[in-house]
Amino acid sequence: MVKADLINSLYVFILAAFIGFEVIRRVSPLLHTPLMSLTNALDAIAVVGAIILAGEHKTTLATVLGTIAIVAATSNAVGGFIITDRMLKMFKSSRTQKP
Amino acid sequence: MIPGSEYLIEVTYIIAAVLFILSLKWLSSPTTARHGVWAGEVGMVLAVAGTLLYHGIVDYKWLAIGLVLGAIIGVPLGNVGMTAVPQRTALSHAFGALCVTLVGTAEFYLRAPNVPPFVMSVLSLEVILGGLTVTGSLMAAGKLQEILPQRPITYKGQNFVNLTMLAIAVAIAVRLVLHPEAMVLYPFMVGIALVFGVMMIVPIGGADMPTVISLLNSYAGLSAAAMGFVLNSKLLIVAGSLDGASGFILSVNMSKAMNRSFSNVLFGAFGQVQTSAAAAVEARPVHSATPEEAAAILSAADKVVIVPGYGMAVAQAQHKVRELYDVLTKKGVDVKFGIHPVAGRMPGHMNVLLAEADIPYDKLMDMDEANPDFPQTDVALVIGANDVTNPAARTDVGSPIYGMPILDVDKARTVMVIKRSMSPGFAGIDNPLYYLDNTLMLFGDAKAFVGSIVRELTGGGGHG
Repeated sequence: MVKADLINSLYVFILAAFIGFEVIRRVSPLLHTPLMSLTNALDAIAVVGAIILAGEHKTTLATVLGTIAIVAATSNAVGGFIITDRMLKMFKSSRTQKP
Repeated sequence: MIPGSEYLIEVTYIIAAVLFILSLKWLSSPTTARHGVWAGEVGMVLAVAGTLLYHGIVDYKWLAIGLVLGAIIGVPLGNVGMTAVPQRTALSHAFGALCVTLVGTAEFYLRAPNVPPFVMSVLSLEVILGGLTVTGSLMAAGKLQEILPQRPITYKGQNFVNLTMLAIAVAIAVRLVLHPEAMVLYPFMVGIALVFGVMMIVPIGGADMPTVISLLNSYAGLSAAAMGFVLNSKLLIVAGSLDGASGFILSVNMSKAMNRSFSNVLFGAFGQVQTSAAAAVEARPVHSATPEEAAAILSAADKVVIVPGYGMAVAQAQHKVRELYDVLTKKGVDVKFGIHPVAGRMPGHMNVLLAEADIPYDKLMDMDEANPDFPQTDVALVIGANDVTNPAARTDVGSPIYGMPILDVDKARTVMVIKRSMSPGFAGIDNPLYYLDNTLMLFGDAKAFVGSIVRELTGGGGHG
C-alpha cells in the first residue's frame, strides 16, 4: 500500500517537473518577476495540508502549528495573486496604447 | 459525511492541478498572462473548498481564524510598491517554507515513533529545506529592505563551518530514518537548518540577490513537493515541483547572467568576496557633456537604446525616462530599452519597473535581442547601470567579471552614461567604457539629468 503510494507520487513528481520545465522555459524573461510571484502563490496550496492538520484536532501541538501554517500559506496565496495581477495589469503594448 | 465526498475532493484537486499548469502556460505571453492569475485563483479556491469538505475535519474554528488572519496579512503584502517587490517575494518564500516546516513538524510528532523509513527521509528533506529557506529568506528580505547590512560578512573557515552544519543536520536525518524513536534529536535537526539558513545568506552581498531569491524559490518549491510525498497529496507534489522547476530555471538564468558556474548555484557557494582590485584607479581623462549637448545628440539620432540599471530605480527616475521616451518617439526617434537579466534586484524586476512607468513592453528587449542592435544604434544611453555594460567582461582576462555576458553598448556610435561620479559600481571594478572616445559622461543625479534633457528637448523647440 505504502509502496504503491510512493511509486505513484514519484510518477506525479517526475511528470510535473517535466511539464514545469517545458512550460516555464517558454515564459518570456519580460515576465520573470510575475512568474516568481505567481508560482509562489500556487505553492501556497500547501494550505490544504495545514487545513487538514488543524481541522482534525488530533493534538494541541498539531492544531497550533497547523493554524500558524494556514495563516502563513493564506497570506501568500492572497498577497501573491494580488501582486501578480497588479504587475501584469501594467504590461501594455504600444499598439493598444497609441491613441 | 456525504457519500462519495472523498472522490469529490480528489476531483477538485485534479482540476486545481490542471488549472495550475494552465496558469503558468498562459504566463508565456503578456496578452494571456492575466488569465493565468484567474486560473490560479480558481484552482486555489476549488482545492481549499474541496478540502473543507474532508470528513476528518472536526473543528472549523481554527481554520476560520487562520484563513481570515492570513487574508488580512496577505492584502497589504499584495499592495507594496514595485521597488519593494523583491523583498516581498523573499518574505513570501519565508512564509511558504514556514507553512511547510510547521506541517512537517506536526506530522512528525503525530506519527513518531512509528515513521516508516521512506516517510522519515522525505519528511527530513522537507523540514531541512523548509527550515533553511525560512531563515535564509528572512535574511534576504532584510538585506533587500536594507534593515540588515548589504555588505557580505565573511570570516575564515566560513565554508567549512556551513558545510559542517549541513552535514550534522543530514546525519541527524539519517539517524532518525534508521531509528525514528530517537525523537529527542528532531528539534536539533530543525534548529540547525534554521541557523544554517542565516549563515548561508550572511556572506552574500546585494549584487547577488537575484540569484539568491531564485534559489530560495526553488528550495521552497522542493520542500513543498516533499511535503506532498509525506501527506501523499498529488496536488501538492504538482504545485511544489512547478515552483521548484521555476526557481531552478531562474537560478540557472541568473547564474549564467553573472557568469557563475552551475555547481556554484546548486550549493549556494556564491558571494565569495572579490578582493577589490580597484583600490587605486588612476585619473584618466573622460569626455563629459551638458544636458543641452546630450539633448542635441539625442534629437539628431535615428535609433536610441536606453540601458537602465538599478541605479535608475534608486533615483526614482523611471517616470522621467518615460517622458524622455515620449518626447523622442514623437520626434520620430526609434527608442528601445536593453535590459540585462540582472538589471534589477530579482529576475525580471526592471521590466516591471518600466511597465509601471507606462513604457510599452514591446519596447523592452532582453540581452539577446538588444546586443545585435547596438552596432546600428546611434546613441546608447546608460542610466544607473555599470558592471553589466563593462567591456572588460569581454576583453580583459584578468577582470573579476571576465566572461560575464554584457550589453555591448560600446558598439553604439555614441555612448552616454548618466552617473553621479566616477566611483566604481557594486563589484568595485573600474569600467573602461567610461574612457572610450565615443563615450560621453553625463554627471549628475539620474532623475534630475533626464529631467533637464527632457526640458531641453521640449522647451528648446524642435530644431533637431
